[in-house]
Amino acid sequence: MNVSTTRRGFLAGGAGLMIALSLPMGRARAQGAAATAPFAPNAFIRIGTDDLVTVMIKHIEMGQGPYTGLSTLVAEELDADWSQMRAEGAPADAKLYANLAFGAQGTGGSTAMANSYMQMRKAGAAARAMLVAAAAAEWGVPAEEITVKAGVVAHEASGKTSGFGALTEAAAKQAVPEDPPLKTAKDFVLIGKDLPRLDTKSKTDGTAIFTMDVYRDGMLTVLVAHPPKFGAKVKSVDDKAALAVKGVEMVRPISSGVAVYATNTYAAMKGREALVVEWDDAGAETRGTDEIYASLAQMVAEGGKTVEEQGDIAAVTNPAQVIEAEFRFPYLAHAPLEPLDAVIETKGGKAEMWYGCQFPTFDHMAVATTLGIPIEDVSINVLMAGGSFGRRAQGSSHLAIEAAEIAKAAGRDGAFKLVWTREDDLKGGYYRPITVHKLRAGISDDGKILSWENVVANQSILTGTPMAAMLKGAPDSTSFEGSSGLPYQFGARRIGWGQMESPVSVLWWRSVGHTHTAYAVEAFLDEVLEAMGKDSIAGRLELLPPEATRERGVIEKVAEISGWTGRTRDGKGYGMAYTKSFDTYVAEVVEVEDRGGKPHVTKVWCAVDCGVAVNPDVIRAQMEGGIGYALSAVLHSKITMAPGGEVEQSNFHDYPMLRISEMPEVEVAIIQSDADPTGVGEPGVPPLGPALANAWRALSGQKQHQLPFLAGVIS
Amino acid sequence: MTKFQVNGRDYDLDIDPDTPLLWVLRDELRLTGTKFGCGVAQCGACTVMLDGVPRRSCVTPISAVEGSEVTTIEGMEGPEITAVQAAWNEIDVPQCGWCQSGQIMSATALLQQVPSPTDDDINNAMAGNICRCATYVRIRQAIHAAAKTLEG
Amino acid sequence: MKHLTVMLVAGLIAASPVLAQDGLNGPDAFANITDQTERSAALFQEMGKVLTHPRCLNCHTVTGGPTQGDDMHAHEPPVVRGDADFGAPGMNCNTCHGTTNVGFSTEKGSIPGHDSWMLAPVSMGWQGVSLGEICAQIKDPARNGDRTLEDLYEHHAHDGLVGWGWDPGEGRKPAPGSQEIFGQLTRAWIDTGAACPG
Repeated sequence: MNVSTTRRGFLAGGAGLMIALSLPMGRARAQGAAATAPFAPNAFIRIGTDDLVTVMIKHIEMGQGPYTGLSTLVAEELDADWSQMRAEGAPADAKLYANLAFGAQGTGGSTAMANSYMQMRKAGAAARAMLVAAAAAEWGVPAEEITVKAGVVAHEASGKTSGFGALTEAAAKQAVPEDPPLKTAKDFVLIGKDLPRLDTKSKTDGTAIFTMDVYRDGMLTVLVAHPPKFGAKVKSVDDKAALAVKGVEMVRPISSGVAVYATNTYAAMKGREALVVEWDDAGAETRGTDEIYASLAQMVAEGGKTVEEQGDIAAVTNPAQVIEAEFRFPYLAHAPLEPLDAVIETKGGKAEMWYGCQFPTFDHMAVATTLGIPIEDVSINVLMAGGSFGRRAQGSSHLAIEAAEIAKAAGRDGAFKLVWTREDDLKGGYYRPITVHKLRAGISDDGKILSWENVVANQSILTGTPMAAMLKGAPDSTSFEGSSGLPYQFGARRIGWGQMESPVSVLWWRSVGHTHTAYAVEAFLDEVLEAMGKDSIAGRLELLPPEATRERGVIEKVAEISGWTGRTRDGKGYGMAYTKSFDTYVAEVVEVEDRGGKPHVTKVWCAVDCGVAVNPDVIRAQMEGGIGYALSAVLHSKITMAPGGEVEQSNFHDYPMLRISEMPEVEVAIIQSDADPTGVGEPGVPPLGPALANAWRALSGQKQHQLPFLAGVIS
Repeated sequence: MTKFQVNGRDYDLDIDPDTPLLWVLRDELRLTGTKFGCGVAQCGACTVMLDGVPRRSCVTPISAVEGSEVTTIEGMEGPEITAVQAAWNEIDVPQCGWCQSGQIMSATALLQQVPSPTDDDINNAMAGNICRCATYVRIRQAIHAAAKTLEG
Repeated sequence: MKHLTVMLVAGLIAASPVLAQDGLNGPDAFANITDQTERSAALFQEMGKVLTHPRCLNCHTVTGGPTQGDDMHAHEPPVVRGDADFGAPGMNCNTCHGTTNVGFSTEKGSIPGHDSWMLAPVSMGWQGVSLGEICAQIKDPARNGDRTLEDLYEHHAHDGLVGWGWDPGEGRKPAPGSQEIFGQLTRAWIDTGAACPG
């Protein structure tokens, strides 16, 4: 079949938006056999003569499930059988694969399902209509009499049936419908079912291909020596010993450090170890963590800039009691288990990349600019990623740029695999910002919160990246989201923000601002409720306005499934917290035991309202995982800098991860809803920390105002 | 020269004797199911079978496997691995998947030695395998399920 | 990668075994103690600098699994003793530890290893135990692996795993002195009646 016949106008749905899209097949060539499938009705679907339906997934699969979730949407409207569905990562192409929430291709903010919900369904419905039209023409029967069920196209009266594969050639010649009808929720066959994940098998037999598994002919592996202090630069390099290592081919300075190129990974490691680099610390962050905390504490004491205000807290002059607390949150590394990596190959003025690219549009532009070639000459194959949790979503495109610089500095065409070690990852910045919160509540004799003030101080994530333009001069809300926008009714409230500048790079970390705001707000609120003699659940419900039905729904649900009776029961502590993040409502109850003076979480109950539950099992998995990810951080994690500015942690022995013995039992209840689906990758994270803080306070009497729980206190 | 067997095939490689087995498997033999996560035996993603017992390949110099039999996830056979993989699929354990080869190797070794493990047995055997996605709830479930399958 | 400061530190580490020699006196240093029993106890006291050194104590725990580091913190990843003092089924000592120390490929430091790398049995647990009690245990065949005093000398003077204490691999401070001096101390202690400190 002529490739040009597959170019089709395509309807990109989402908020009623209609964009005509064409599908250049060449772009997807590197994506495997599916690209040559005979029926490609739009940029998202390929159907082969073997009946297999491959969905091009515009969101990176990093464990959160879009391969399965987005394929479900297509399969639903296509009326495919789940066993014939396959998924592949879509390559970088902003025109075809933009996140409709961003206007650029990228994954983040738990938007994958929300922005794809209508688009993927329409893609499936369009393909179904074309298959039906093809069958109608072939069989000489009216299209309206044709049914499609579980991958079988049938005409009952004539007894004719066909799989998709046999119809592909004819279907490809059909007009693409402008506005294919979609099912109503009651007719859903696949949406709402616990369908098995499409990526599980390859992840249990070692065949899944991640970035580090890509090997190109003649490829060199490259490690980069980064400066030990943030903001330091290379002063001088002695590469003699490095070049003497067998397998090391070259050493090149690049903007982020010194790159060592070798014929294999171990040689690159040895070569880098043998480098002698002198660094220029002018402009480097030389403060240690204690000093940074002191300066943030000073900022919250000064009150920050007002970013949200309701009523006048200054007018609340005579509360019966004032409760105050300061909370401290350390820098956190994301530590995805596959460290950062990227493969780039340059040939005749063009470049092709393979990696777990989370922001393809930004990276695409950055690589083209770095190499000085047109964007059309750069292709990015988006592979599955061994975790991200925000780490691969780089507004700065620093990893892609580093890979491009490596290719450029080589001074010749070739293939290069950039590998970061765990040490590079933990010492390499892009942390959840170190943050201090100050909270102050004025309460009345009759159990009312008259005033609520929350001042936050930290670094801005967006400042200094291409996304800073989006702020248009407004304060970076990712720094205090969740302190702002609370549903609770207080007499008066003020949210303040102090912005710290530092050369330490920061980034969104699974649930972004909510990682610290939820903890500060929900732990402090529980202390205030307790001071007023109120229960955690009843006290919160009282603070909610009548229209807060979804908030109320998850709180009541978690109370129900946990059998909530109060903050302690049978020698165990129980704590509850609620957070809305990324438009998803989550309430969690933590059950904690005292094991030798340390908290041990035995069970977590979680109620989640994320609209239509496309795949309940994926939602449960994300809640389980989010709870474990959060527990790991609140129990164990902190990145600290010694005075002078060098990071003190290097690997999992001193940045310990949650182990299986620490993982609680998790019970998840999903609220039935017809609302459009919202994200689940991040929202399970925020309530866990404060729920634990509240449970532990109830059990031990200790208020944990500084994280993590189990590391020595930083004064 | 180092002589050893991987997944039943003989190899005789001229290689820096300090090279960790992990990088020989990946860079030289292109057996990429075995993963790099930490390099210091903290995470377990690089677990292989060395002469039938689990071993972190990132801290195993190739010189130490002279004359040995290495089995990677790609070469595993037998009732335990079959039951473990089936349970992993049935329960949809993996999320990102990076750690799962290592988890499956450790779980298989556990079931080879303890056919009906308790939760404590699972905690102890799996303590060296980090799952950053925290799929631990399902790992535990899947090991119990595989044990049940093996009981017959 | 080496920073200039790191090279300096590396130089100090290289010099440290020499300094450590000074940390353990040979038997001659006790020659002036005329009372033989007192001298014997003093010799054991000196041996105690080795016996209670973290390099030894970390695998001579009283309960549970091994500890790590000079501050003897819990082993990470968490490991248990197991029925055979060799870890749990599925995660034995030799899942990670080999027959020699192995330098890390990605950072400074090493994972320790030696032939038959395993925990000392609970009967030989020394953490938190007084030196006098360690001495009594070490002489008691019921609790020392059925060793005679001569066996004990052999063990201290020539056993490879004991010797690992002075060759613990990059990133760990060796036990004080040397196995040779430790052997000489043990010899002298036995020859003076193997008395225990009070």
